[in-house]
Amino acid sequence: MEPIVLDTLDPLIEALRERGYAVVGPVVRDGVIRFAELGSAADLPTGWGDEQAPGAYRLRARGELVFGFAASPDAVKRFTHPPRTSLFRMRDGVPERAPVEAPKVAILGVRACDLAALAVQDRVLLGGRYPDEAYRKRRAALFLIAVTCAVPGGTCFCASMGAGPRAVSGFEVALTELSGPHRFLAESGGERGAALLAALPSQPAAAADLEAARAVAEAAAGRMGRRVDLDGVRERLVQQRESPIWNDIATRCLTCANCTMVCPTCFCVTVEDGTDLADGTAERTERWDSCFTLDFTELGGAPVRASGAARYRQWLSHKFSTWVDQFGAYGCVGCGRCITWCPAGIDITEELERLR
Amino acid sequence: MKKLAVFKLASCDGCQLTLLDCEDELLSVAANVEIAYFLEASSARGEGPYDLSLVEGSITTPEDLERIRRIRRLSRHLVTIGACATAGGVQALRNLADVGEFASIVYARPGYIQTLDRSTPVSAHVSVDFELRGCPIDRRQLLEVIAALLAGRRPVVPTHSVCIECKARGNPCVLIAHGTPCLGPVTQAGCGALCPAFNRGCFGCFGPMQSPNAAALNARLRAAGMDDEELARVYRTFNVTSFGGSCDA
Repeated sequence: MEPIVLDTLDPLIEALRERGYAVVGPVVRDGVIRFAELGSAADLPTGWGDEQAPGAYRLRARGELVFGFAASPDAVKRFTHPPRTSLFRMRDGVPERAPVEAPKVAILGVRACDLAALAVQDRVLLGGRYPDEAYRKRRAALFLIAVTCAVPGGTCFCASMGAGPRAVSGFEVALTELSGPHRFLAESGGERGAALLAALPSQPAAAADLEAARAVAEAAAGRMGRRVDLDGVRERLVQQRESPIWNDIATRCLTCANCTMVCPTCFCVTVEDGTDLADGTAERTERWDSCFTLDFTELGGAPVRASGAARYRQWLSHKFSTWVDQFGAYGCVGCGRCITWCPAGIDITEELERLR
Repeated sequence: MKKLAVFKLASCDGCQLTLLDCEDELLSVAANVEIAYFLEASSARGEGPYDLSLVEGSITTPEDLERIRRIRRLSRHLVTIGACATAGGVQALRNLADVGEFASIVYARPGYIQTLDRSTPVSAHVSVDFELRGCPIDRRQLLEVIAALLAGRRPVVPTHSVCIECKARGNPCVLIAHGTPCLGPVTQAGCGALCPAFNRGCFGCFGPMQSPNAAALNARLRAAGMDDEELARVYRTFNVTSFGGSCDA
């Protein structure tokens, strides 16, 4: 389908709702721009932007753009790989598999980095001998509407990871917000997206619209707050295993696990068994865990990675080196969340540079 | 049926009230254990020995010392509940001062007061099978400990940071997004990130997490405007003995 131009997003939201989707998008809430269910396009954070720096995030009034902000503290993994899920329940010694909740959700405003992260999680959770069927169901229930990043944040580096700022695949519809006059270029990424767009009031896109969208992405790519030089990084991290830099980072690292919680590709979980006093059942649940906890590597009563240095090294080396060995791609998409949401403001791009 | 007892030392009663606060689950608890001794709920004084004794409060008097040894002898499992019992509580602020001086200011006849120089956790005097942290403790964690001990399994009580629960709950970080001082990164989870969920910073009532790096957090808290006196106060309020010298780091 040829690209089209939309004047407003309300018909798009309405059409998704008619197709049975709960429409989720960015809203201003609790001092941040985050995903929540939308009533109408009026709920979108028009005129709001964010300022992001290591360990710092602030909302800022900014121009007329609807999508004039960078990565939200929520990654899409909250929908595909929720913080806690029930696996099964035992009643009188008989296991009952927990039903998978996979609500139909349309996410409006997904960024290229988020789509790249979903592709990484697909490889991890659906590849190999033991695919995660619950993840597959939740993933299939999503309808993704990407938005080209126009205003990257101070901690963004998707351009150096080859993950953005413009979405090239993994979406049903991709929007680019244009101004003068204010409008959205809409492109379909598949049959479902094309069918949706065909049902909306629109005009065909002119060459000038396509050129304007290209310029938005090009300008954004040039305004990344951070960059990573990937040349030799995979080998270098292996060579730097004994570097004193890990200990230096550990003096600043809180081992609080915030980086792994906000990371859109981090997928590690633990399982917990519980017993219910009321009905005598037992339940096994899966919940987000982190390589920064001591329990994560507890074997025979003691953690394998006891020091903060060992845990930080594991995390960074996994993202940029051993992830490639395991899954054939980096475990980082350059969204910058781990830098913004680190209470100590540890900057992975800076640490990678120091490990050179 | 297994026998449960609830004892109180120097404390405010808030933690044992958590058991009554279980409301919906209280009948299930009562159906699975005989609540033999729990003066907050009943004046019945069922005889020991007890299969599970929950002990609230810190050791602050010579009498407490004798009682806790007796309770230990009567208890198969002894679980301490709350910051008083696990870390000395707010009353351990006396550990940083001269108790004799306090008594002389507060009481007309300080000679009647029999008190120890220090407020100490129960584990400083007898062996404790499990310590449940918090000021007050968390209702769900209390139920988990009771259910686990009845089933003969290890309670699922993670010792990682509050941040993991905070992110799972979907709170925005109050320290980073609002500039509100928060002890979450050095504090043990268990409360469900209650304070940050209401836009308040964590004040550390669950005590230090498994690998706290207070020096690193303090650099950040100083940048957020806290001076050394405020840092000392926030670390010392609920867990004087366990956060220890974090404020001086």
